[in-house]
Amino acid sequence: MSKEIAIEVKNLSKHFRLPTEKPAGLKQAFLNWTRGVKGYKKQRVLHDVSFNVEKGDFFGIVGRNGSGKSTLLKLISGIYEPDGGSVRVNGSLVSFIELGVGFNSELTGRENVYLNGALMGFSVKEVDEMYDDIVDFAELGEFMNQKLKNYSSGMQVRLAFSCAIRAKSDILVLDEVLAVGDEAFQRKCNLFFDDIKKDKMKTVVLVTHSMDAVREYCNKAILIDSNKMIINGAPEDIANEYSLRNLDPSFANTQKDEASDSIVKDFKIELLSPKQVNQNEMIEIKISYKVMQDIETNALVSLMDMDRSVSIIGGRTKTELCKKNTEVIHTGAFDLSQINDSTIKIMGEVWDSDGNILCYLPDASSPKFIVRRTDYGQSKAKWAILFDRGKWR
Amino acid sequence: MNNYQENDILLVMKKIREKYRYSTILLRELVRTDFKLRYEDSALGMLWSALKPLMLFTVMYVVFVHFLKMGNGIPHYPVSLLLGIVLWTFFAETTGMGMRAIVENGGLLRKIKIPKSVVVVSRAMSALINLGINLLVVLVFAVLSGVQFRWTALLLVPLVVELFIFALAVAFLLAALYVKFRDLAHIWEVIMQALFYATPIIYPLSMVINMSPLAAKALLFNPVAQVIQDARSAVTYAPTDTIWSLVNNPLIQIAPLLIAAAITTVSILYFRKASRRFTELV
Repeated sequence: MSKEIAIEVKNLSKHFRLPTEKPAGLKQAFLNWTRGVKGYKKQRVLHDVSFNVEKGDFFGIVGRNGSGKSTLLKLISGIYEPDGGSVRVNGSLVSFIELGVGFNSELTGRENVYLNGALMGFSVKEVDEMYDDIVDFAELGEFMNQKLKNYSSGMQVRLAFSCAIRAKSDILVLDEVLAVGDEAFQRKCNLFFDDIKKDKMKTVVLVTHSMDAVREYCNKAILIDSNKMIINGAPEDIANEYSLRNLDPSFANTQKDEASDSIVKDFKIELLSPKQVNQNEMIEIKISYKVMQDIETNALVSLMDMDRSVSIIGGRTKTELCKKNTEVIHTGAFDLSQINDSTIKIMGEVWDSDGNILCYLPDASSPKFIVRRTDYGQSKAKWAILFDRGKWR
Repeated sequence: MNNYQENDILLVMKKIREKYRYSTILLRELVRTDFKLRYEDSALGMLWSALKPLMLFTVMYVVFVHFLKMGNGIPHYPVSLLLGIVLWTFFAETTGMGMRAIVENGGLLRKIKIPKSVVVVSRAMSALINLGINLLVVLVFAVLSGVQFRWTALLLVPLVVELFIFALAVAFLLAALYVKFRDLAHIWEVIMQALFYATPIIYPLSMVINMSPLAAKALLFNPVAQVIQDARSAVTYAPTDTIWSLVNNPLIQIAPLLIAAAITTVSILYFRKASRRFTELV
């Protein structure tokens, strides 16, 4: 019952040697050597990563910038050699770390296809067989005998992408190449991915930032963060975890730009509920701030959909008189049962009774959370802000 | 268990076969591209690859034979001179271009898995094609200047093979070192200049023998010098001083071959070891 394994990654580790004092030549190298300076320090990029990709899988690798996912891809492709552990590949593998590698602007489109083919290990005869397919897909029929330097950048990308996906291989490794070309070409690529997803013979490993792509195409995925593999599982879980991890500001919130004479200080909004909620759960928040003088204030809260850049729910506390140097605290809850899947940021302001804004919540301290509905069933109407309210007959 | 190991061996053999197949495909395409690009956009195109050596030869012929009157009294000196220059140019081109091969193809190596040696070999192959064209021109020149070929001219083939292997080996060593030490390009240029004059190319070896027979023998320890002298002897069939004619001890006779073999072994081993980290360093 166990399916055939296409890629086996076992306890994979990799470090880079970062030069501390780069020997920019023989003299420096000699001086370093006499002084006993190694000239580099080890920087760990991947630590103990293990997973299997089975034949026919559409496998996603997600992770933030600098998490080590591109290094992982290069290890799978054999561009880097592992420092620990192993990668075993079963079948022919073609990888695209970048589109149009080896393309030469002085050569014609046709010559470039053959050169690119050779780089992927295809003989002239084999490229002959794929050639028409590639040209058709790129929609560049009449330009193939033109030099590449006369192509627009869009045309170059189309040619490169066509070479990439028309390459006949068992395993295809792709690094963030989904966002190329105009809309029509994009649609074509999506269709291609749909096809390949159904093809049980073809294995694809895709590194991407797009959680939509992960949900849409992948049947398995892993999340890499801080050079380690965090989870290995269903694309849905991975996508959610990735979104959650991205909510935490990766930089320390050091900004303290409140003027010393401001009336409101220490304005905070805390999230009391979990960072991921479903349609049945309420979002609970606690607002707190200090006033420096006797004043009537109220706090305004806005739940902003980060993907769509629109405020979807607002709320305002009652105006009340606050005594000097006291802390004002409000707690509240919002009902999100009508909202589709989204990533939401909570923004806040403190107002006085005359309608002047006394204080904004600094962007970096805005709490963020995600909504993931569990009741979509067959309906995939996720694109709108509001949940499908249509009465269908 | 046994079965599993057998499968492993089969897998390894398959991998080796695939790698070999891949390397040849890639090599052919890289050399073809290089050749195509070299004469791109020039009006005479490919014709230049024969025209250029012809013109350069004319210049050298005029300078060395007519003005400097070098090699007076040496039979077929002009042919010897051209043959020496052609073989030296091949060595210089292979080592110089080969040295830069890894670094200049860094962008490629970082993005796609290709056998690292292929980019070095492809440069050597380009130089070899040039050598072939040059040799043709030299041979035509030899016929015109009345050289009577003997069967020994066929020895040119193994001699070129020896020179190719030696030049490629030096290129491998330089390419691997150049990844780490970029000063090497300048240093190598100077070394090549020194080696050029330490090799009997423009002057006849007999000139050195007259001064110091020992120095002449030492010069022939250089595999390039050995190949050049042997090639001259083989092609012109005129009395030429070679390691075989100057030295009697057979062990010393094969010294240049041993030196070439030693350098080849060292550089292949070093290249294999260093190539593991090329992609991180270039």
